[in-house]
Amino acid sequence: MNNDLPVIKLEHVSVRYRTPAERYSTFKEFAIRWLQGKVRSNSFWALRNVSFEIHKGEVFGIIGQNGAGKSTLLKLVSRVMRPTEGRVIVIGRVVPLLELGAGFHPELTGRENIFLNGSILGFTRKEMEAKFQRIVEFSELHEFIEAPLRTYSSGMWARLGFAVAIDAEPDILILDEILSVGDEAFQRKCLARIEEFRKQGATIVLVSHNTHQIEQMCQRAAWLAHGQLQAIGTASEVVKSYRENQHIN
Amino acid sequence: MKATSALELYYDSASRGSPPLEELREVIHYRNLILQLTRRDVMTRYKRSVLGIAWTMLNPLGMMVVLTIAFSHIFRFETEYGYPAYVLSGLLAWNFFSQTTTAAMVNLVWGGGLLHRIYIPRTSFALAAIATGLVNLTLALIPLVFINLITGVPIRAAILFLPIPMLLIAAFALGVGLLISTFAVYYPDVAEMYGIALYGWMYLTPVIYPVNILPESIRFWITLLNPMYYFLEIYRAPIYYGRLPTLDLLIPAIIIALVTLLVGWIVFTNKSDEFSYRI
Repeated sequence: MNNDLPVIKLEHVSVRYRTPAERYSTFKEFAIRWLQGKVRSNSFWALRNVSFEIHKGEVFGIIGQNGAGKSTLLKLVSRVMRPTEGRVIVIGRVVPLLELGAGFHPELTGRENIFLNGSILGFTRKEMEAKFQRIVEFSELHEFIEAPLRTYSSGMWARLGFAVAIDAEPDILILDEILSVGDEAFQRKCLARIEEFRKQGATIVLVSHNTHQIEQMCQRAAWLAHGQLQAIGTASEVVKSYRENQHIN
Repeated sequence: MKATSALELYYDSASRGSPPLEELREVIHYRNLILQLTRRDVMTRYKRSVLGIAWTMLNPLGMMVVLTIAFSHIFRFETEYGYPAYVLSGLLAWNFFSQTTTAAMVNLVWGGGLLHRIYIPRTSFALAAIATGLVNLTLALIPLVFINLITGVPIRAAILFLPIPMLLIAAFALGVGLLISTFAVYYPDVAEMYGIALYGWMYLTPVIYPVNILPESIRFWITLLNPMYYFLEIYRAPIYYGRLPTLDLLIPAIIIALVTLLVGWIVFTNKSDEFSYRI
């Protein structure tokens, strides 16, 4: 395994959101202001000049408080957003396990939703047909697969979402907070599957407030605060300085 | 590791080719997504109702009955083959346009949650909206042909030409849908304004009345400036008048459809990188 090969590369990445200084509730109001040349906006840097690399096959943690820029960073990596400045390079298929079953529709059956969600991940119908049995098996939802999703419990919903996402066999898996999927037995099964992946050379990016988890699971970690990179290094070092900082404040 | 496309294997935010072309490539790669979204929209719309998908056909029929009763008592429109089939064909084409353009916008602005979580081509929702409309428009041919038969509207070989006007309206609707979606992302009020504009636009289009009832001066402007006039006429030609559309209507319709689609596609795809900063 080539451990130094970067699969995610951030080069001086910045993201600036613009929020209007005043609220224009209507187009007319805005048009008048615009004609007068009085449109003002505040800008807010969600990320500022962030550079680092994540290597192939590592479990990489990202810590930071709410609003530190973690979600924005994930959006950049999963191609949802392009940076305002700087450059993002990603090699391989990325599957974010952020919102399991985000594309599910309650009126469709489990089967129909598997195919729908698979298409959101970019798979063709044929590819999904090949995956279908495996997904159903992993989710342990055989008996319910022809029932509409509105009859599922939230745990079943998440299980199906996880099963579809994990079967995409991503090169890079993004986990936002660790899974709270279903019961403990199912969670263990998910973690085992993720570990299996990592052994096959997949890269895992884990975002969490939970510093214990980062220490336990990750080799390296980065700490973000107010959109800036505070520290990067081995998980234990980064967590240590993060904790020290939290105590001071 | 498995990857289905070279596009997914290497992503560099700095190398941005021509957005309209890149989007086209992505759409081709994600064609199954468009298909699945369309399937979802067609299937879930009436899933809980007893008559299910039959509503796609019953809905315009109901409208036709109401309008026929109302107008046969208030105004007496002279139409070549009777009013019911005239108004039904007009309503189908108009509703297709108004519903798909609105759906394209609404799906993007209010259904945009998915776009925040995972990468999918930004035009997916608009394309699925148009495809869903095309399915409904095709299904609605059943009641239309039925009404034609019972009211004595001739069904001739020209009906085989019908897919062409349907696709031209779809291209026009996609272009308009992408343009208003772009505006609606920046100014949500556009959504409300568009609803009102559509209402007025419908009365400026010979949907429920024949064009010859208009005074000469107004008719001149409408037939010159209203693109929907051309689309309705070319749609009605094969299904209502039983003939091919004349070239003086067909050629402007083709030009308007393609230019609108091209402009809509270019504007939307060039702006779509900014959407995730906004929606």
